[in-house]
Amino acid sequence: MEILLSLLVGVLMSVSVWMLLSRNLVKFLFGLVLISNVANLIIFKVGGLTVGAPALITDGGSAEYANSLPQALVLTAIVIGFGLVSFTLVLAHKAYQAIGTLNVDEMTLAEKRQDPADSEKSS
Amino acid sequence: MPADITSQTNAYSNSEIRKGINGSANTAFACALISAIVFFVAYLSQVSSIAAGTPWTFSGEWVPRLGVQLDFRVDGLSLLFGLLISGIGILVFLYSYGYFKVHKGHARLQWLLLSFMLAMLGLVSSDNIILLFIFWELTTITSFLLVGFDHENTQARRSALQALLVTGGGGLALLVGLIMLGQASGSYLLSEIIASGSAVTEHEHYPVILTLILLGAFTKSAQFPFHFWLPNAMAAPSPVSAYLHSATMVKAGIYLMMRLQSSLGGTEEWFYALSIAGGITAVWSSMMALRQTDLKLMLAWTTVMALGTITMFLASNLQIAALAAVTFLIVHAFYKCALFLAIGNVDKSTGTRDFNKLGSLVRFMPITALGAVLAALSMAGFPPFLGFIGKELIYEGTLTIADQPWIIVAAAVAANAMMVGIALTFIFRVFLGGESTITREPKEVYAVMWVGPVVLAIAGLLTGLLPGQITEYVIQPAVSSVMAASAEVKLSLWHGINGPLILSIITVAVGIMLFFSLSIVSRMINNLVEKLPVVGDSAYEFLLNRTQFVASKLTNRLQTGSLSHYLTIVFMAFVVSVAVTLLYHPVSMDFDRLTPVTPFIAIVVFLMISAALVLTFSNTRLLAICALGVVGSGVAVLFLVFGAIDVAITQLMVETLFVVLIATVLIKLPRFPDQTDPAKTRGLRDAVIAIAAGVVMAIITLGVSLTPLDLTVTHFFEENSLAQAYGRNIVNVILVDFRALDTLGEVAVVATAALAVIALLKVRVHAQGPR
Repeated sequence: MEILLSLLVGVLMSVSVWMLLSRNLVKFLFGLVLISNVANLIIFKVGGLTVGAPALITDGGSAEYANSLPQALVLTAIVIGFGLVSFTLVLAHKAYQAIGTLNVDEMTLAEKRQDPADSEKSS
Repeated sequence: MPADITSQTNAYSNSEIRKGINGSANTAFACALISAIVFFVAYLSQVSSIAAGTPWTFSGEWVPRLGVQLDFRVDGLSLLFGLLISGIGILVFLYSYGYFKVHKGHARLQWLLLSFMLAMLGLVSSDNIILLFIFWELTTITSFLLVGFDHENTQARRSALQALLVTGGGGLALLVGLIMLGQASGSYLLSEIIASGSAVTEHEHYPVILTLILLGAFTKSAQFPFHFWLPNAMAAPSPVSAYLHSATMVKAGIYLMMRLQSSLGGTEEWFYALSIAGGITAVWSSMMALRQTDLKLMLAWTTVMALGTITMFLASNLQIAALAAVTFLIVHAFYKCALFLAIGNVDKSTGTRDFNKLGSLVRFMPITALGAVLAALSMAGFPPFLGFIGKELIYEGTLTIADQPWIIVAAAVAANAMMVGIALTFIFRVFLGGESTITREPKEVYAVMWVGPVVLAIAGLLTGLLPGQITEYVIQPAVSSVMAASAEVKLSLWHGINGPLILSIITVAVGIMLFFSLSIVSRMINNLVEKLPVVGDSAYEFLLNRTQFVASKLTNRLQTGSLSHYLTIVFMAFVVSVAVTLLYHPVSMDFDRLTPVTPFIAIVVFLMISAALVLTFSNTRLLAICALGVVGSGVAVLFLVFGAIDVAITQLMVETLFVVLIATVLIKLPRFPDQTDPAKTRGLRDAVIAIAAGVVMAIITLGVSLTPLDLTVTHFFEENSLAQAYGRNIVNVILVDFRALDTLGEVAVVATAALAVIALLKVRVHAQGPR
């Protein structure tokens, strides 16, 4: 089971890095969604896997529970990841409206390249 | 903007501005002068008790938790420096008052000089080595501001920066050295380090400690190969040069070496480092001094020579060497300050410092000339000046300390003969004789400006005639501090006919020959210098340019403004650092902990991997969104299977919202396979990084899964969830009770993101087109 899930983590990680390195902003966004999922899965998985034993306290039973700590962390992470991705999504949309491209290498308004055309415009 | 200021200042009358400048300058001058006098008197009042062997101490809390205390301790050595710094301070402040009377920067200069004096006094009085370092750096900063006082002049700015970089760089080395010294000796108090004797020299890190501390001392005191900044620093105004060169800045390194000689010295490393650096510095700089025609530059080089001589003597741990170093230090402080101030007067009065253009100034500036001539006689080492005693001691020292004395003796005679030649040049080419070619009629300067040279020159004469007092109260306690043992010393003018006296006579003879053949000698030296490889200044220039070149190359390389480039660096750094760590610290995997694979999980994982691959190679947006949805739902299923019900529910909801949101926004964005992402720009490199990141991550997660977990925190929650928080769902209890603040923060983040999204959606943007 552990080997299988590690394989899954590895594949998902590779795919998300591949997407993040893309010059296309939409693919980058897909990578961002995916890497959030991978991160959550990793946190959850390294906390130990217990099949079918939710962390619910039953009366009298002192049974073994699933590890509750990573669950709590992942729950928080999912929600924050959602906030991040929705904001980035809208930002990408607005950026496309303003700049007219989705190529991240051309989105260099914040750090302009030093070329004469730019300095002429700014003066 | 500057035009505004000019017009504003023009609106006021000149006299009003003058009054304002003079007012603030007078305040600064008064503060500086009073502080200097107070310190001088305070030091004087301690003279007899310190000479009796009781140091003055003060201790106050500063940062007790870091062991940094305001520990001050004034013993014989500190007293000597304190008297020089505050006493010469009085004269220099007075002098500056006359020199800068109508200068708009007068107030600034006086405040800077005052700060500098206080930093120096703190430096020589600190008992805590961290405190000492702080004052050390304060002198670096204030001297930077003083050297660059004339900040509209490019040369002054360059010199100031050079002084800052060289001494500041040495300061960094010193900091590390001092901390290691403190660790090695077990105490950060100088008095305790010195009391522990030569324990540090046997420590395994001794060579490193010594190198670092000497780097600090050599850079500060302009020892070869860091000698070049000092002559450049004479871009400063004359009083500043006088103060920096005679009593303060450059003596800080000497002070440190004197202070630590008993703890770090007495070894071969110490002996060779100091005698070689000091010897080269002394000979080289006296040659450099001879080829100058600018009197001030000439003096600046003789300062370097003096520092080299003192350093050379500190190499030995014999009492005679310490005595020679301490005495020469006082001699040098007196005559060097007097001469710098006198040259300042000449410059002010005649407008030039070139000795070829000057001559017979005694007719126009008799009092300045008196001071300068007396000081120069002390510099040349003629009896009955203190300089003579100093020179005799130097010869006695060189004859005593050297096993093969002839090289060192020859170096000392050569350096001193050049001093004689330079002193005679001052006396007979500038003040008493020589032809003046300047057109304007020089005038004697204000009293405040000649009092400095005259007082110092007379001090050099009196202490030479009556050496008893200064020996008993200043020199002997200082030598005792250097030796860390009580020393008995006696100075007198006449020792009878012995080795030192014969060397003195040779020195004077050679010096007179040098004086008469000065133009030939300086031409010879010029020829020699041209043939030598680059040293000092050009090496500094080269290093500075290279550093800037490499830095800008590196910045251009890293700071490209391209997101994919930044991410490439981030992921490469991640992969390399984790992979290297894994290589050196392999994860121990316990394969007995593996659990069996159920068919259901296998199917889910297979679906997810397939979806991920589809996502990688998808050419349409819809397909990609679907694949993303499959992966997200798969994650939710895994959560569900492994007992994380709440997480699974949240994941499903969020996944659904994701897909809806992305679909909504994507409609407004261009279709997928547009021209922005042609396959050829996605090289092999991206694929390699991606696969490497995946492999590294898979190994880590597998490794962690197969090692025992520390479940302390989890058990705490399991035990206390029902008992204390009355909740059966442990995950819920953690979120809303134990970690409630975290959850509040999370809510705040999501709310902020929502507000930002709304704000962004309301903004109307105008298309600008790509850059």
